[in-house]
Amino acid sequence: MFSYYLRLAFKSLRRNPILSALMVAAIALGIGSSMTTITVNYLMSADPIPEKSDQLYYVQVDSWDPNNPYDDESNDPPNQLTWTDATNLMRAKQAPAQTAMAKSGGIIEPVNQDDKPFEASIRLAFNDFFSMFNVPFLYGNAWSDVADDERQQVIVLTRAINDKVFGGENSVGRSMVMAGKTFRVVGVMDNWQPTPKFYDVNNGAFDEVEEVYMPFYLKEELELPNWGNTNCWKSPEGEGFKAFLQSECINFQMWVELPTQADKADYLAFLDNYAQEQKALGRFPRPLNNRLSNVMEWMENQQVVADDARMMMWLSFMFLAVCLLNTIGLLLAKFTGKSAEIGLRRAVGASKGDLFAQHLVETGLIGVLGGLFGLGLALLGLEGIKSLYGNFVDNLASLDITLVIVGLLLALVSSIAAGLYPTWRACNIAPSSQLKSQ
Amino acid sequence: MLVMNDIKKVFRTDLVETHALRDFNLQVDEGDFVAVTGPSGSGKTTFLNIAGLLETFEGGQYLLDGQDVSQLNDKARSQLRNEKIGFIFQSFNLIPDLDLFDNVDVPLRYRGFNAAERKRRIESALEMVGLANRMKHLPAQLSGGQQQRVAIARALAGEPRFLLADEPTGNLDTKMAHSVMELLKEINQAGTTIVMVTHDPSLARDAKRNIYVRDGKVSELHSVGQELPDAANA
Repeated sequence: MFSYYLRLAFKSLRRNPILSALMVAAIALGIGSSMTTITVNYLMSADPIPEKSDQLYYVQVDSWDPNNPYDDESNDPPNQLTWTDATNLMRAKQAPAQTAMAKSGGIIEPVNQDDKPFEASIRLAFNDFFSMFNVPFLYGNAWSDVADDERQQVIVLTRAINDKVFGGENSVGRSMVMAGKTFRVVGVMDNWQPTPKFYDVNNGAFDEVEEVYMPFYLKEELELPNWGNTNCWKSPEGEGFKAFLQSECINFQMWVELPTQADKADYLAFLDNYAQEQKALGRFPRPLNNRLSNVMEWMENQQVVADDARMMMWLSFMFLAVCLLNTIGLLLAKFTGKSAEIGLRRAVGASKGDLFAQHLVETGLIGVLGGLFGLGLALLGLEGIKSLYGNFVDNLASLDITLVIVGLLLALVSSIAAGLYPTWRACNIAPSSQLKSQ
Repeated sequence: MLVMNDIKKVFRTDLVETHALRDFNLQVDEGDFVAVTGPSGSGKTTFLNIAGLLETFEGGQYLLDGQDVSQLNDKARSQLRNEKIGFIFQSFNLIPDLDLFDNVDVPLRYRGFNAAERKRRIESALEMVGLANRMKHLPAQLSGGQQQRVAIARALAGEPRFLLADEPTGNLDTKMAHSVMELLKEINQAGTTIVMVTHDPSLARDAKRNIYVRDGKVSELHSVGQELPDAANA
């Protein structure tokens, strides 16, 4: 009977095209606004690396001011590390895979002398960065442990930079000048954009990934500048780059990969021991407060999903409810207009259940059509957000297949919910009163 | 086949109670053709609606094919209506945006027949009323008489044992009314029991049996050929 009901639904929509269009438009508006905000919230709160998000842990140690906690409200430890702690923890090699990291930048001098130099962002990291975060490679691979230890001037490029500098050719083994130094290309990443950019939410949770990757210790070797947030609870003792690195200023992040809960407990114990050692050396004046947060815990801790985005989503749901109330009114009018047909169908043998199913299919069809148009409006809405907020939301403002399915299901469920009362009323029309009066 | 004993039906509003049927008794046998006449508001249509299971009743007993219908739920009543009863209305009640084929198809859809069986029945029914060549026409493309023929085809397609007609010629001119009446007589001769409500004594005379309803009761039973009360007084 479903195909029969569907055919009747199409005919019914054609019978009152303006009324039908109004209902579809009401649902489309509600779905469009809801899907726009749902999309932003969904992508903000998505697991960026589901295959191992519960094995990757962000490292926090409390090296902060004895008199003022880093965060007055939550008493959380600082959200970044000092150079001293980052390098000490890396050298201890207590995790199966680990990487300290920092953001920097420099000027690239293109191979082609005719092209102008340009600035590019740098991610300083250890070679485990690529395997820990499942970074795909187009050419070559990550640099070696030796390259990390010996501070070799090697780099991995994003595909976009490789296209720009080397015309998309396999550049592995070739040289590139950046920040006034010559680097050897060891790998070219394939397209990779975790959303959110979980590994460094301090510097823009929805920013593009960095364009160039190089060994962490080159930060010190080449005195690469600090990009991103830097916080200090006391001033560096002395002037210059080395004084900054030896200071209590935080600018570095660290992730470890711990496959089991036992590994996590062991690593946390190691952090506590490390903090006690530092206390003995006159650092870490605050009580022990070390943390390991897996990817989703870290996203939550850092409030990656902004409160105003959540608020917008709830407001859009309220708007959807208003649209559905209008749809209920329109459906009541439409089904009242069908009273004679309903009476006739009852007379020739349709049960209330048959008519209920028929009219639910009709409201469902209206919902699906509204959902399709609503998804179109959501795309427009997302484009509007892009044009309002610029590149930083590029990674948030796109519909994937999951969201398309969610949009259509939301439209279907909403319209059926809106159609329940009008449908119930239609089914309870006394047929005898309609048959005589037509 | 149809037995009503002491049927009562009251319509209530906040202010008034209207006794549409009171102690209504009637028996219609298989193969009968009964014409029901009576003044406006006498309860003719209420009787027909109860007979067709479109209305419930407060008291009495109604046996359809020996089955007491008073305790049946909506689904069972609908099924019984679909399988045993065909309706013909004064205003045809065709669905305007369905072609003739689909209009006749409506009751068959609720019967659960497969597509081939439905097609056979629809073609046969439209053939019987002389409209087989207009299956793809919409009701608005037909005359009133033709539309009523389609309604008759729709009523017959399910091969009901019992045909209820409420003023089937009320919207037709004399010629068309006569034509429809001839068709109903043919259908009756083929074995279908018919109960027809009409205001027109001349049409009632074509039935095998006449009943006259007044104040919600069967007041007179007439054999064919007896003088009927004037419809003008009805």
